[in-house]
Amino acid sequence: MIVEAQPAPQPPLRPPHPRIPEPPRRVQVSLQIDGRHVAVDEGSTILDACRSLGIDTPTLCWAPNLTPVNVCRVCVVEVEGSRALVPSCSRPVSDGMVVFTDSERVRLSRRMVLELLMSSVDVSRAPDLLAYAERYHARSDAFGARTPYGEPGSRDLARPGQSRSVPAGAAAAIVGPVKVDNELYVRDYERCILCYRCVEACGEDAQNTFAIAVAGRGFDARISTELAVSLPESACVYCGNCVAVCPTGALMAASEYSMREAGTWDESRQSATETICTYCGVGCPLVLHVQDSRIVKATSPVDSPVTHGNLCIKGRFGFEFVQALPGGR
Amino acid sequence: MDMHLMKAQPSDIERAALDAVEALEIPGVSGAELRRSLVLPALHALNDAVGWITPGGLEELCERLDIAPAVAYGVASFYGLFSTQPLPGVAVHVCDDVVCATLGSETLCQEIEEALGPEGSPPDGVAATWFRSPCLGQCDRGPAALVAVAGSDPPCRSHAPAEPAGLLGAVRVAVSSRETHGVAGPVPARREVAPVAGSVIPGAAELTSEAWPPAAGPAGTASPAAGPAGTGPPAAGPPVARIIARVGRVDPGSLDSYRAQGGYAALRRAVWLGPGGVLAELERSRLLGRGGAAFPTGAKWAAVAREPARPHFVVANADESEPGTFKDRLLMEGDPFALVEALTIAGYATGSELGFVYVRGEYPLATARLEDAIGQARARGLLGGDVGGHGFAFDIHVRRGAGAYVCGEETALFNSIEGFRGEPRNKPPYPTTVGLFDKPTAVNNVETLCNVLQVIALGAEAYADIGTQTSSGTRLFCVSGAVSRPGVYEEPFGVTVAEVIDHAGGTSDGQAPRAVLLGGAAGAFIGPEDLDQRLSFESARHAGLSLGSGALIVFGHDADLPSALVRIARFFRDESCGQCVPCRVGTVRQHELLERLAQGAPLGSSEADLVRLDEIAAVMRDASICGLGQAAASAAGSALARLGVFDGGST
Ligand SMILES: Cc1cc2nc3c(=O)[nH]c(=O)nc-3n(C[C@H](O)[C@H](O)[C@H](O)COP(=O)(O)O)c2cc1C
Ligand code: SF4
Ligand code: SF4
Ligand code: SF4
Ligand code: FES
Ligand code: FES
Repeated sequence: MIVEAQPAPQPPLRPPHPRIPEPPRRVQVSLQIDGRHVAVDEGSTILDACRSLGIDTPTLCWAPNLTPVNVCRVCVVEVEGSRALVPSCSRPVSDGMVVFTDSERVRLSRRMVLELLMSSVDVSRAPDLLAYAERYHARSDAFGARTPYGEPGSRDLARPGQSRSVPAGAAAAIVGPVKVDNELYVRDYERCILCYRCVEACGEDAQNTFAIAVAGRGFDARISTELAVSLPESACVYCGNCVAVCPTGALMAASEYSMREAGTWDESRQSATETICTYCGVGCPLVLHVQDSRIVKATSPVDSPVTHGNLCIKGRFGFEFVQALPGGR
Repeated sequence: MDMHLMKAQPSDIERAALDAVEALEIPGVSGAELRRSLVLPALHALNDAVGWITPGGLEELCERLDIAPAVAYGVASFYGLFSTQPLPGVAVHVCDDVVCATLGSETLCQEIEEALGPEGSPPDGVAATWFRSPCLGQCDRGPAALVAVAGSDPPCRSHAPAEPAGLLGAVRVAVSSRETHGVAGPVPARREVAPVAGSVIPGAAELTSEAWPPAAGPAGTASPAAGPAGTGPPAAGPPVARIIARVGRVDPGSLDSYRAQGGYAALRRAVWLGPGGVLAELERSRLLGRGGAAFPTGAKWAAVAREPARPHFVVANADESEPGTFKDRLLMEGDPFALVEALTIAGYATGSELGFVYVRGEYPLATARLEDAIGQARARGLLGGDVGGHGFAFDIHVRRGAGAYVCGEETALFNSIEGFRGEPRNKPPYPTTVGLFDKPTAVNNVETLCNVLQVIALGAEAYADIGTQTSSGTRLFCVSGAVSRPGVYEEPFGVTVAEVIDHAGGTSDGQAPRAVLLGGAAGAFIGPEDLDQRLSFESARHAGLSLGSGALIVFGHDADLPSALVRIARFFRDESCGQCVPCRVGTVRQHELLERLAQGAPLGSSEADLVRLDEIAAVMRDASICGLGQAAASAAGSALARLGVFDGGST
């Protein structure tokens, strides 16, 4: 077995998604979407092309600052000549492609993806998903009552390939408990749709820390530290970049979480102030969200060329950092 | 990377196990990527040594391979044969899948549970545990079980047919052997190879699967499972035995025996033809892949051969985990050198210097025979820097799977070899351009590769003359369930279902079967009125069927089809990698709905439940990433449509 002393670059968490090599700019590809013709740069995705036409395409796992993993399948479209539907977020356009984004098949698959998610997790803090559900008439109770799948905590011990049964007439649903093991952010995996965004942000796409990964298999697949140890025992450096990309509120800054639980979180009373983080010389752009003259959250714009939305513990949690250091780290 | 380690210590046994993991050379792969490719072998080493992957062992692995603990845990917790929680050193995996369920696996499970306690949680003082398992690829002699014994070599053994007393006896022996030899003590290996004898040996009932030669019927059949009843000639032996001709007649442990029976003639002819000649021959033979997708092998190899990116790889897909399928096991156990030779030709024709065989972890005997064959070929210069003096280099690595059906999907298989979770990749790009280690790769089923030997040996024209116009050659059918002589039957394409059943001695009760499941769990049911269905790629496609893996599971007239459907649904639920929503959640909802329908307790009305099932089927078929999700509703859908299971409300 190889034992090399010198540190080597960490291999990516998932194999890099092979993509069509970056083409020279300005090579245009023309295609047809819902009967309309459009020309876009070669290497663009179908999603890019849809957006250039103003076609609003739902996405859950895709994020502008992350490599597409194409796992949620809510963005699927019909492409002429393709047997199955195609994920628009990752499929590059090709010349002469004929795409349908609103066919019966597409609408059914999108509705089903949403209904399947709603039948298994709590989506009440997932605004995008709720909006899509309304658009596609997805029902939250399409498969019976959401019923805890096992005892709280049992999911971390689930064996791959060994499903447990739930009471008849019920839909197995992801069960907690809410993980509160540090003072900066909370993990409520009953809300997790397994979009892989946090894993990508923690790993190759931003943080390069690899504190969390997908563990287990099938319905028991879950975001986990090694052996499900607490965050203070893990490699986590509390950059909060996973929190920033989470689309469902499964990961949430402790400040926001406790206000929401207390019923005092009110976005209509919040203002956002752009500033520059003063903790170090990098100068990350910072957006401070203020409610009732108190900073309740710090983010960075996803389109910032400096941060792409990512920060470190000081920028992200610094407004609390002064008051509460996590577990003495 | 911030290495934050768990501070647990490995035992000396675990250290030694990791020391023994071989650092192999892979062309074009180095540094972190090469270390990462050792993750699966290293996890095997740990799990084999002590029966589970301890925190200390995992941590040591992470340190040696320089990999983040969360990432390694993500990989370790993906595979059914690994445990990241404490287990005693002896673990019994009892198959309760569709075929074994009809052969008494439930009784077996109950007796094992009585002796060893609930699945995975042995009571105090019991040094063994057990689990229910999906199909173990021994359906021709079920009920089947696999006993994994920590510290033994080989790490696990098949028991089929397994009966409670014998199985528990084997468990007791393993437990006491572990006690007397200490935790790491060797369990006496039992790999005797019987001397070469006639093709049929008496007393076959006493043979373990590890004895050689297996009992074989006359030309065209090969069923190492044949009990006393199976040793006689079948009533209507099919006319061909090409792919399995040597099985039961060649000594699988002897290269000389293989050569004496025509082995390595194909390689000589391949070299005479040259790589381009081999590719042309293959294209003209119209050989289609036997792994399920029926892709033209010649086109696949030619695509890899002309890719400018280097290196190229060839892979034999021996993950064979489709319920009801056991032909590749038979080929590897009975004629392992054939796969070695075929893969060598694949390497030669595609310009690859290295091939991998990915064997499912539940096939210890096939793995051992294959490794032995590779070793002999290497020793005789038929693998290595100058293969057979022909002036090209080629070698083969064997990789063991670890209990994940999805790893048979070609891109999941690549991820598994590379040390990632066995999650399928989105296609395109296809493996011929971006495959193993992102390099051009030709991946083929074991049976496909064995057919290549025939193409080269017979010549494309003669080969294409066998079978039908579109489906050239012969096909191996794995016949199991309610037939008199379950086994692997080689048939020319175009044979009917009824004929195959006939060759297998007819149904065991002499009555017409209730149904036949063609292609395994991912396949489709056909009813008794369709037994004249011809078995060729085109006829199957025409009838909305697929030959799939070649599994042909026969359900007797009194079979409990609703239970079979529920078991199949559970299979997909258990085997989903969990990556995409349609499959991860869809397979769960499908299982729940079918369970309710089978119990006559639908959620609303059965009609409403059937509509829901249809919608789930649509999204799984249309929007799943890989073939697992896409086929997960196929069997249930066909049973509802063709057999009228659940017709008239609750069953
Ligand atoms: C879920 C799943 C499991 C598969 N399992 C196997 C397998 O065990 N063996 C195999 O040869 N092909 C399997 N396949 C098909 C492979 O992806 C691939 O098509 C095949 O190995 C190509 O070989 P061929 O061209 O010789 O048929 C599987 C596919 C899927 C979607
Ligand atoms: S806070 Fe940062 S380091 Fe910690 S898990 Fe999230 S992304 Fe990874
Ligand atoms: S925790 Fe959030 S970001 Fe991570 S997978 Fe779940 S939903 Fe996605
Ligand atoms: S279809 Fe199923 S097995 Fe295939 S990628 Fe999706 S979740 Fe995984
Ligand atoms: S947004 Fe495309 S698959 Fe999730
Ligand atoms: S071995 Fe039991 S069903 Fe195949």
